[in-house]
Amino acid sequence: MGVAAGSVKGGIGASIQRREDERFLHGRGQYVADIMLPGMLHAAFLRSPHAHARIKAIRKPDGREDRVIVAADLTGLKPIRSSPNFPNFKHAEFPVLAADKVRYAGEQVALAIAETAAEAEDLLHEIEVDYEPLPPVVDMKRALEPRAPLVHDHWSDNMFCETRFDYGDLDAAIKAAKHVVTREYRMNRQTPMPLEGRACLAHIDRRTDEVVVYVSHQLPVPLQIGLSQVLGIPQRRLRVICPDVGGAFGLKTYLEGETVAVTWAAVRLGRPVRWIQDRYEHLVCDASCRDHWYRVTGYADVSGKLLGIDCEAWCDTGAYSPWPWPAGIEASTAPGNIQGPYDVKAVRGRAVTVATNKPPGQPYRGVARPGACFGHETIIDALARELAQEPHEVRLRNLVRPEQMPYRTATRKLLDSGDYPAAMRKAAELIDVSAVRERQRRGEPDGRLVGLGFAAFYEQTAYGTGPFGYSGWGIELVPGLEPATARLTGDGELVVDVGVHSHGQGHETTFAQISAEVLDIDPGKVTVRYGDTSICTTGTGTYTSRSTVSAGGAVATACRQLKVRIARIGAHLLQAAEKEVEIRDGRVFSASGSVSFAEIGRAWYHHPEDLPPDVDPQGLTVVAGYKAIDGGVFSYSVHAVVVAVDPAVGHVDIIDYVIVEDCGRMVNPMMVDGQVIGGLAGGIGNALYEESPYDEQGQPLAATLADYRVPGASSVPDVRIVHMETPSPLSEFGMKGVGESGAIGPPAAIANAINDALRPLGAEIMETPMTPQRILDAVERGKLKQ
Amino acid sequence: MKPTSFEYERPDSLDAAMRLLGDNPGAKLIAGGQSLGPMLNLRLATPSLLIDISRLEELRERAAHDGYVVLGAGVRHAEFEDGRVPAVLNGFFERAARQIAYRAVRNRGTIGGSLAHADPAADWPAIMIALAAEVEARSVRGSRRIPAADLPNQALETCLEVDEIITSVRVARCGEGARVGYYRLSAQPGDFAEALAVIVHDPQRGYTQAVLSGARQPPQRLGQTARAVAAHCSGNGKADLPAAVEADLTAISGTHDLTSYEWKVRRASVLRAAQEVCV
Repeated sequence: MGVAAGSVKGGIGASIQRREDERFLHGRGQYVADIMLPGMLHAAFLRSPHAHARIKAIRKPDGREDRVIVAADLTGLKPIRSSPNFPNFKHAEFPVLAADKVRYAGEQVALAIAETAAEAEDLLHEIEVDYEPLPPVVDMKRALEPRAPLVHDHWSDNMFCETRFDYGDLDAAIKAAKHVVTREYRMNRQTPMPLEGRACLAHIDRRTDEVVVYVSHQLPVPLQIGLSQVLGIPQRRLRVICPDVGGAFGLKTYLEGETVAVTWAAVRLGRPVRWIQDRYEHLVCDASCRDHWYRVTGYADVSGKLLGIDCEAWCDTGAYSPWPWPAGIEASTAPGNIQGPYDVKAVRGRAVTVATNKPPGQPYRGVARPGACFGHETIIDALARELAQEPHEVRLRNLVRPEQMPYRTATRKLLDSGDYPAAMRKAAELIDVSAVRERQRRGEPDGRLVGLGFAAFYEQTAYGTGPFGYSGWGIELVPGLEPATARLTGDGELVVDVGVHSHGQGHETTFAQISAEVLDIDPGKVTVRYGDTSICTTGTGTYTSRSTVSAGGAVATACRQLKVRIARIGAHLLQAAEKEVEIRDGRVFSASGSVSFAEIGRAWYHHPEDLPPDVDPQGLTVVAGYKAIDGGVFSYSVHAVVVAVDPAVGHVDIIDYVIVEDCGRMVNPMMVDGQVIGGLAGGIGNALYEESPYDEQGQPLAATLADYRVPGASSVPDVRIVHMETPSPLSEFGMKGVGESGAIGPPAAIANAINDALRPLGAEIMETPMTPQRILDAVERGKLKQ
Repeated sequence: MKPTSFEYERPDSLDAAMRLLGDNPGAKLIAGGQSLGPMLNLRLATPSLLIDISRLEELRERAAHDGYVVLGAGVRHAEFEDGRVPAVLNGFFERAARQIAYRAVRNRGTIGGSLAHADPAADWPAIMIALAAEVEARSVRGSRRIPAADLPNQALETCLEVDEIITSVRVARCGEGARVGYYRLSAQPGDFAEALAVIVHDPQRGYTQAVLSGARQPPQRLGQTARAVAAHCSGNGKADLPAAVEADLTAISGTHDLTSYEWKVRRASVLRAAQEVCV
């Protein structure tokens, strides 16, 4: 039995069109806001105008008391608590609705319910809240000063936690170093920007006695577990459906107070209740991301070979620790990845996580890796300046070499495969370093300054349960296992069910391609289902670039097992021995003839009398799982960018962009390009545009999309992407994750390019987003220095 | 993000619209709705009545006369972009309109709406001041012509009376050899302008005007800059453009902070517009 190589059309490696796009491009997607239920009510949230205040009293409007819900009404709820096992981690509940205090502007204080969304908003205006404003904690450094106000009254200070590690002998590296370069930098707060905001709709299905919650979310099964714990509804009576989700990027991974409150209300009122977040709520009240400060020092020998790196990372994580990804992970991720793709023997890290009066922080595409990458890449460029050498040459001297693979980093990560220097050389060749240098020597007729920047990095993807994966953090919910169900239907086609969600990744296509590859059928005959806890009862969802490797691995395993059962029945129908049959083109072949999958399906579903007497009674449905390798598999990339900076007005134009990347075996190269380009767009937003600033009173200053700037189509360059395809020895088909990598490199690469451009002015910028104002300020500082 | 309850009327004549506006002091006009729509949804505007004038044919005039053109208030940005209005200065309307927001906005937004909304970061107020346009406003009480420069009182506020409707804009046609300098600085294409500098120089009419506007800068005429540009173009001596621009900036901002971001981008924008005229 076997598959004739290359006979399948649309299997692994084929750039077939995304099957989900038919409905998306015609506006026929089904989002929570598209779902209407009879008798449905609408919810709106009253939100705090203060960043920090005590709630003295809340008065509900007369006669409408039953349509306004406050914290005191929420009987029967258990608190949301989310804590890692970090030493001295300070615990604080994550309120469903604020009770005693509000801890950020926009925090939900009450829920109003009405027949229409507009009337629910009207009702909000009739609720009176007496606040006693308190001084807010806004700046993470000042938050730890002795007399700073406390975000949580029972804490001794505003630090959630501090973690430290020391791998290798950094003191020896410091002693041996001939070059020491230090950079301090700031990655400001952002808000992930899915097209669709958050949304939920809860109702009771009287037939099954289930509470059904439709929610725009990445993690259906974890959300079911979390809601069950908080609401006290057994998991068997709670069904979570995540229909089409219009982007998420990490934002939709936590147990939100709004979802809990709306579900509680729907159960209490016995009627469907829906809440659709608006863009103002999204920008002002939602979880945010980044908000980091770093100091990174690189120690190198006389030749520019890095001996050690010391990294201090601070994260302003806002008021609360979200479930299931608690405060502390974000900051700790940065030092853990600060050595980058380089051969470095000693790394020291310190991560400080601070509570402030801002919305809670959440992981966002790349988590802290864009910050870590910014560190190791600006250090390399600083080193190159000291050595008066080309930055890419200094990188080549330090990159882990292919003969060192698999390579154990100082921070104990196992880089599994690849040729990092080859990627670097390819990027340098494509961006044409010498041509850019020549252009810089000539100068621009319009006075702009041209600069070249690189960023090299690895991305740890699809990591598992063990100590090098998630369980090391001691968090509430440890991912790693992923299931898939493959079922041959009575007419010989395939239904595949997975526990991961797809919110832009295109799993309906890639998992069909993986199934097609294993079973040698047309991917058009495969339906991929997900996003419903009654379809797939386990699996943790899509994040950390894990789904293609993990769920895809499970799909391959399930299909392979199904194939054995198909072959056995087929052989029986053909009166051949099992080892004499071959599967191709959706049929089972023997020497004398063939039967189609449809005939095999017919035998199982309609005519069991035709089955072999010893047929596996599990039939044509296979449930299989995939356990990701502990430390995951490592993609890597080199980004190279040329910018032109207008030094009079501080504007940056990206004039060339090259990405060389290796995500192992590609299931669908066109969709890998899509992931890389989408990641690049997010990374450009991080580098140049996106910021959620706050004033000294903790008031958000970017409350609409006029102030929160997202890169538009014209701000994303026509990037040239080159794929290297080094299969991982540790995954199915050698696949590696690619969902986040495009977003990791741009801040570092663009910063290096801008700073290369500003070099004649003695200016350097070390803060994202690199807005025109910040660039002009950097130019001003450069003038003072000179 | 839902508006408060309001009444909605779509009168079929300008007279009916004026009567409705005169009778309802809490009413607001809506044409393209590209500014008012979001303000309604954010509940920053809570009118009791919306009077929809977007389909009034009487506001759709696009007439070329001897020496001037008349453009109805209901003419949309996209019509300027597509060259479907009579020109006053070769290609300038197309070039300027193309940079307003993005096409979906330009398909709906109108010139009258833009002038009446008086957002300092909008494009038309500065352009119309630079072109010395006159705005016609009508009410049941009669009509009057307001110089474009006198229309905005301050950011988001005009000198229009509550019952007045902008019906058209009258713009003089520039002569042979007229030049325009236009520099629009925004974070990205489609964003509101951080700084917008327009300089019109029409030697045939002996007319030169320079205007600066932007996010925190309602439109202002720059007299010294205009004189310096005129002097430069007529060859009457060597004009010190940077000095003239800085003098104007100092006059309108009351400060002379050479290191501030605003100062730098305004200075650069005006200079670049001036350089385009003076080439």
